[in-house]
Amino acid sequence: MEFGRISRRHLLQGGAALTLGTAFGAGAARAAGTTIGFVYVGSRDDYGYNQAHAQGAAALKKMPGLKVIEEEKVPETDAVEKTIESMINLDGASLLFPTSFGYYNPHVIKMAKKFPKLRFEHCGGLWSEKDPTNAGSYFGYIDEAQYISGIVAGYSTKSGKLGFVAAKPIPQVLRNINAFTLGAKLANPKATTQVIFTGDWSMPVKEAEATNSLIDQGVDVLTCHVDGPKTMVENAARRGAMVCGYHVNQSPLAPKAYLTGAEWNWEALYPKFVKMIAAGESIPNFYRGGLKEEIVKCSPYGEAVSAEARKHADDIKAKLVAGTYTIFKGPIMDNKGNAVITAGTDRGQTDPELEKMNYLVEGVLGATS
Amino acid sequence: MSDGSLGLWTVPLAVFGGAIRVSTPFLFVSLGECITERSGRINLGLEGTLVMGAMSAYGISYLSGSPWLGVLAAGIAGAMLGALHAGICSLPRVNDIAVGIALMLFGTGLAFYLGKPLIEPTAARLPAIDFGWWSDVPQVRAALRINVLFLIGLALAPILYWAFKTTRWGLLIRTAGESSDAARAMGYSVLAIRLRATMVGGFLSGIGGSFLSLFYPGSWNEGLSSGQGITAVALVIFARWDPMLCLWASLAFGGAAALGPALQSVGVTSGYHLFNAAPYILTLAIMIITCSPKRTLTGAPAELSITR
Amino acid sequence: MTTGSADPVEAVGVAPAADPGFLQRYGATIEYILIPGAALVGALATFGLFVALFGKNPLDLYFYMYQGAFGTWFSWQNTLTRAAPLILTALCTALPAQLGMVIIGGEGALLIGALSATSVALAMPWASPLVVQTAMVCAGVIGGGLWITLAGALRQYRGVNETISSLLLVYIGLAVLNHLVEGAMRDPASLNKPSTREIGAANMIGSIPGTDVHWGLAFGLVAAFASYILIYHTVFGFSARVAGGNIRAAKIVGLGVNKLILMICFLAGGAAGIAGMVEVAAVQGRTNANLAAGYGFTGILVAFLARHNPLAIIPVAILLGGISASGGLLQRRLGLPDASVLVLQGIIFVFVLASDALYGRIGFLKGKS
Repeated sequence: MEFGRISRRHLLQGGAALTLGTAFGAGAARAAGTTIGFVYVGSRDDYGYNQAHAQGAAALKKMPGLKVIEEEKVPETDAVEKTIESMINLDGASLLFPTSFGYYNPHVIKMAKKFPKLRFEHCGGLWSEKDPTNAGSYFGYIDEAQYISGIVAGYSTKSGKLGFVAAKPIPQVLRNINAFTLGAKLANPKATTQVIFTGDWSMPVKEAEATNSLIDQGVDVLTCHVDGPKTMVENAARRGAMVCGYHVNQSPLAPKAYLTGAEWNWEALYPKFVKMIAAGESIPNFYRGGLKEEIVKCSPYGEAVSAEARKHADDIKAKLVAGTYTIFKGPIMDNKGNAVITAGTDRGQTDPELEKMNYLVEGVLGATS
Repeated sequence: MSDGSLGLWTVPLAVFGGAIRVSTPFLFVSLGECITERSGRINLGLEGTLVMGAMSAYGISYLSGSPWLGVLAAGIAGAMLGALHAGICSLPRVNDIAVGIALMLFGTGLAFYLGKPLIEPTAARLPAIDFGWWSDVPQVRAALRINVLFLIGLALAPILYWAFKTTRWGLLIRTAGESSDAARAMGYSVLAIRLRATMVGGFLSGIGGSFLSLFYPGSWNEGLSSGQGITAVALVIFARWDPMLCLWASLAFGGAAALGPALQSVGVTSGYHLFNAAPYILTLAIMIITCSPKRTLTGAPAELSITR
Repeated sequence: MTTGSADPVEAVGVAPAADPGFLQRYGATIEYILIPGAALVGALATFGLFVALFGKNPLDLYFYMYQGAFGTWFSWQNTLTRAAPLILTALCTALPAQLGMVIIGGEGALLIGALSATSVALAMPWASPLVVQTAMVCAGVIGGGLWITLAGALRQYRGVNETISSLLLVYIGLAVLNHLVEGAMRDPASLNKPSTREIGAANMIGSIPGTDVHWGLAFGLVAAFASYILIYHTVFGFSARVAGGNIRAAKIVGLGVNKLILMICFLAGGAAGIAGMVEVAAVQGRTNANLAAGYGFTGILVAFLARHNPLAIIPVAILLGGISASGGLLQRRLGLPDASVLVLQGIIFVFVLASDALYGRIGFLKGKS
């Protein structure tokens, strides 16, 4: 077992870093842009959210001449400002990836104003016109992958009851719950999704209890939106329920119970960003994308997924990749009976209204507060 | 019940199941702390011991393939932290509460440091015994899949109760806790008694940790304990240093932990943060009700720094 | 418990007036610097050994720790920023320690202080910044103060152990904060990070001119000096120390012990409450779960290392601020995991506590008594 992880010291001190300076080639300011700093809010080995980003960072490390520096467990306080400044001042970082939502306002904005020549790519934030132009926010429409998971789950459930272990009732989480439920209803119009909020991003005992409670209610397919899905996946599989993963591919944990999963694909996006910078293109400040843009992906289907489910899911996936399909297409009712998207309204993925989602759609058992 | 759900019956069943599933770490830590505190010393560092135990158990089980070896390793790691605590506390003028806080930090830090490569792999897990064979309700059967460690804890409580009352070493521990002068007069070294009591306490807490990583929730990660060790230490105080009361209190805490998610699953959705804090509110409330400024707590070891 | 006798000034004061030798005069002071210093060196050496076990060079470790904490002007500012809240939360443990109480609930007082300060600021949108800021300080002190007073009152009137109750109050305080921030006090525009509304840029207290260090440091220094004068140079402080030494004696000489305990607890909680107010008014601009960043817990460590002397808290807080400031560099340059900082803090704590046994036992300083 390797406890200390590979020492990156040699990499950092090696002269190889300079070679990309010419590759960037867009003037002196860009030439210094060979050190990339990643900031994680949790442990980068969490088998979940942070690990997905670290895998993206690892993809950058494979590119010649790039220096990648990382810091984990940086809280969403002024500590992140100091971490960013330290990466800039002491390591010469010129492209920063602060990867947690809570970093954005006020911390990343403040840093972007302070270092106007450097580039900040923040994950999850909502960049707007009033924010500095050297800051950008990117995120993936992972609800597309959750929608596919929902379709597979809808075919796979026998009881028609699906379960969702969620951390907090915030828009990103609600959007996943809703997309999962809408997908399931394509396969089984009577399917319902029972949601339980644990209250925080990493609470293994609560997540395990939520999983057991859901299964006690008759739920037989579960998914989740917490930082580390391992607890839910293992405990659900032990009770004989099936699971859809989240963040990264968890199929090795429960090969028989694992149906599919919604995964990030940062290892595709981050090298793309770096290549865009090297080619002198500017990255849009508000950058979003889903399956089509290869920012998110679906785990390969597990053996328990029926041919019918595969066919339907593949069909929708192809339409999403082609950009001809809308998930949040009116009429959509919330679970209190209000029309949240009226008939005739198509809320495409880029619609900013979706980023403010504060309702659960019809078919979800649970409440947002 | 045709659709396989139990409706509102889920809540009592979840609390019952939670009492069995979640209580074991509370039980082991509180019994361990009970022994330590009865000898006249408090070890607040058991949170660190619990986490260290969880990590060691997972690591050893992963490397050796034997979860029981992992349990043993967790116990040994706990006993070593206990020995460290006792060793430092035996120096003159050293405050045992502060040492406990220091070891909480140290144990947690060490476990996180060494545990980084263990988050992703899957280690061999402790087996469960199926006590629900008589029922054809799957929920009941699931709730009654019980781990041996829980049964050991269940047996340990009355054994300790009996041992404190009637055995020679039980008497020695209590003497050291009630009056170190008396123990010294009898020709025993108080420090040696407390060293052993703290090591045994650490051993049991480490095993409590192994339950977390090897049975339920059943894998290693850094949020695993989230304060259960410290809650268990508080639990000893309101259990009046009585192993049997520790048992009932641990079961109550396990049930309380299951309450929040279970209520949500039947549609009680508001205030889950407050439900999640239920164990802490419960502890504080019970302490307020049962403590009194007029007299020393019944059953409190007289030498204990927090009751003096 | 180490209390009043730990004061160098007092020790000097009681030395015989007639031609005391240098060691006799300053022996105690030297001891109070020498012993913790030696413990610190021992702890650093042990930590060096620990990282050497994982194949890292301890000399690199010390170099990067120095560089990250004190090596550059930026590092100094980083260190001081992190030290600021620690001074205040350390007082939350150090002040009750004068009375022989062990309070470890500074984190809870910080959260409640922040919540109170934010509520007050949001309740008076019409007021000028100075008025709002003054009101926030008062609200922070009162909120945090009452929270710890509760622990003190429970001990005095119900016999509930204050160590345990103050810790339980941390978890309860956090639940209250989360409940309000995600419910009644939530700003609907705070999408993926549930927060209260912002107190407004005009009401922010900003940085000390010429630096990046926020005004929290000044609050900390003032509070530490004020506490020092209160404890060692007023009748109130003298009574507290008498009561800390021997409650019965204090009652015999007619000191109102109950009142003393409540007042000290109020001041202690108030200090942590200011730390919370500063986090809101200088860093976050609003209240959310990010405030629970562990400053209250590190403060306990600071107080014990400073042997509960309010003046000694200042350098110790700077030292621990430095350790956490350098933690990032250790991750980036040496590839050490984030938990190294925890391990180091634990080792230092253990060494310093164990070194308590050395006082009065160092041969060449024995002349003093």
